[in-house]
Amino acid sequence: MEVLKELRKSLLLALWFVVLTFPIMVIRVNTITDTIEWRWERAILMAVGSFVGSFLWKFLLARQEARKSRQTAKGSSEASDDGASAQKSLTERLLARLGWTRDTLREKKVAIPALAILGAIVIVFPFVTSIYQSNIMISALIYVILALGLNVVLGLGNMLHLGFAAFYAIGAYTYGLLNHYFGVGFWIALPLGAAASAIAGILLAIPVLRLRGDYLAIVTLAFGEIIRLLLVNLSGITMGPSGVKSISRPGLFGLDLSYTQAITYTYFICLALVIFTVFIVHRLENSRIGRQLVAMGEDDIAARAMGVNTSRAKLTAFALGAVWAGIAGVLFAAKTTFINPDSFKVWDSVLILCMVVLGGMASIPGVIAGALILILLPEYLRVFSDYRLLIFGAVLVIMMVFRPGGMIPKRRKAYKLRPEELQGSAAVPVGGGEGDAP
Amino acid sequence: MDFEFFVNLLFSGLTRGSIYALLALGYTMVYGIVKLINFAHGEVYMIGAFTTLIMVSVLTILNLPILAIAVIAALVAIVWSAGYGYTLDKIAYKPLREAPRLSALISAIGMSLFLQNYVRLAQTSDFLPFPRFLPTVRFLDNYDGLSSSQFIIFTTTTVVMVILTIFIKFTRVGKSMRAAAQDRMMATLTGVNVNKTISVTFLIGSVTAAIGGILISAHVGQINFYIGFLAGIKAFVAAVLGGIGSIPGAVLGSFVLGLTESFGAGYISSDYEDVFAFIILVLILIFRPSGILGKPAAQKV
Repeated sequence: MEVLKELRKSLLLALWFVVLTFPIMVIRVNTITDTIEWRWERAILMAVGSFVGSFLWKFLLARQEARKSRQTAKGSSEASDDGASAQKSLTERLLARLGWTRDTLREKKVAIPALAILGAIVIVFPFVTSIYQSNIMISALIYVILALGLNVVLGLGNMLHLGFAAFYAIGAYTYGLLNHYFGVGFWIALPLGAAASAIAGILLAIPVLRLRGDYLAIVTLAFGEIIRLLLVNLSGITMGPSGVKSISRPGLFGLDLSYTQAITYTYFICLALVIFTVFIVHRLENSRIGRQLVAMGEDDIAARAMGVNTSRAKLTAFALGAVWAGIAGVLFAAKTTFINPDSFKVWDSVLILCMVVLGGMASIPGVIAGALILILLPEYLRVFSDYRLLIFGAVLVIMMVFRPGGMIPKRRKAYKLRPEELQGSAAVPVGGGEGDAP
Repeated sequence: MDFEFFVNLLFSGLTRGSIYALLALGYTMVYGIVKLINFAHGEVYMIGAFTTLIMVSVLTILNLPILAIAVIAALVAIVWSAGYGYTLDKIAYKPLREAPRLSALISAIGMSLFLQNYVRLAQTSDFLPFPRFLPTVRFLDNYDGLSSSQFIIFTTTTVVMVILTIFIKFTRVGKSMRAAAQDRMMATLTGVNVNKTISVTFLIGSVTAAIGGILISAHVGQINFYIGFLAGIKAFVAAVLGGIGSIPGAVLGSFVLGLTESFGAGYISSDYEDVFAFIILVLILIFRPSGILGKPAAQKV
């Protein structure tokens, strides 16, 4: 009976979706020839899709419910409100299959060879693959930097920033314009772009110091649009919608590089900057500033009560996030040698947001994985490239509903309590708990 | 700068204001109860316009008078948009009611992106001509400051506002909506079915958004899949301007925003038309975060 009831429910749901999407999915009007095209096959597809989808949805919801109730049953007082803390990350489950725990990865025996292999692959990559591949990898690396930058604001500070592409644009235009008007080279522009972007970050942060959550999101979004509209409209300086052309590639002690060499060189610059970014962001996470940010992200008032200067923390977060966006922008301008305002729309900010959310907020490996997946997958699966944004939208919703912690959820630093007495799990949290992304 | 120019700007500002008002109502009502910026609200408006276009084309086969076609198409579109509003709440927001607000916000952005691209892929990414089916109003014939479509937009908006006010003030559902907006927990305790109330809120918001979408598309004469996003953001700005959660505030804010944009574009520079809305937003949030009619909310600790 239970099965029949579920079946009936799903059938009704499928019917609902078919009817709901009927006008837009099935009918298509050609307004030029005034003909109407009926695409009935889509209705059937929709029916089957939503029927199967409803089961999947129910299954996932049930699983999440079970996880939540298991957690309450365990009586863990630190059940984090998004239910993410009980989630084991994909990597962890994968490792568990191999009989490892997360700590195995940290052991020198495993970590050093693994890093060595990874390093070798990364270094050899541009020499064994085509320029096309290197170019894709460069954009992926640029997005890794961007996503790590956004992660400072979103992951640590828990502030939704929807204007991140604006800082990216400021970095790119700093280099593009300085190069165009004054012939400034890449290496001088790199810190300048980062600085310009950081200043813009502070300028944005000052008015929004008092804002939180939703308002912050909408103001940052507005800021992003203002910057883009300025770039379009100040055509005397920025050359408007047609953009800045023939920006020079990074120089190497004045050597003449061929196109291939220049791409390879750019690849290594990106790689170095990614490593630098990871290093800094990792250090930041457990620093005083990082902890202040996390505290502020979790509870503004509590953090202030504990003596955190939230205004300063907010300013720092915005400035630091913007620095990475600026660096990524300079790299982007150097890589494409052409920039125009179209590359910095709202949806580019949302794409970066999507990377952080998919990977796992505040989790550095997660964010890197998220950026690589979202850039590389659509490149290699050309079939889906049209559906890219549709899928990104769905990913945002599905991740939030089922896995708010992301693919590789953040593990807070936990302190062990006499490990010899413990069985099973590797670390038992004290106080703060094993809470994931806030 | 003659008087006629001023009057033109005034009416175009009021037109914009009316449309923003129809959209802002949805934002402000949803925000009042769920405390969520429904980013996908603009998409419902866009879907309303698309459905109308499709239905008009389909119904043309039946050889009905144009007004009948327009009315039927608009009604169908309104019902369907309400369906979309209801469904998107159930999928993207309902599972996240108890989650941190950031999660729901990200989910809303995802939904907006999804719906935009759903329409883009299922229909087209080009601009489509939208039938200008709004009837001409005779007594405006010898006056060219106010076009009849603008006149119809004002009247419709006014009628919708009046109906909505009566609905919220005097019906049972309206009462439960106000109760839920004041205190969700308390409303539940007094026997209000909050979940149902939220669904009704989404339905009403989607209906007004769809009306706005249809009217403005018939006025402007073209649509594409992207029209909802910017309109949605601006309507949200209007809602914030008036004081989010307050219905008269949303209407007032919308007209202030519409007029500012129109006069700003007319007297300063039309290139920066969109910037005005955002500058107003930033200013209002700095100097009066609770909006024109909003009550300053004390932060509970």
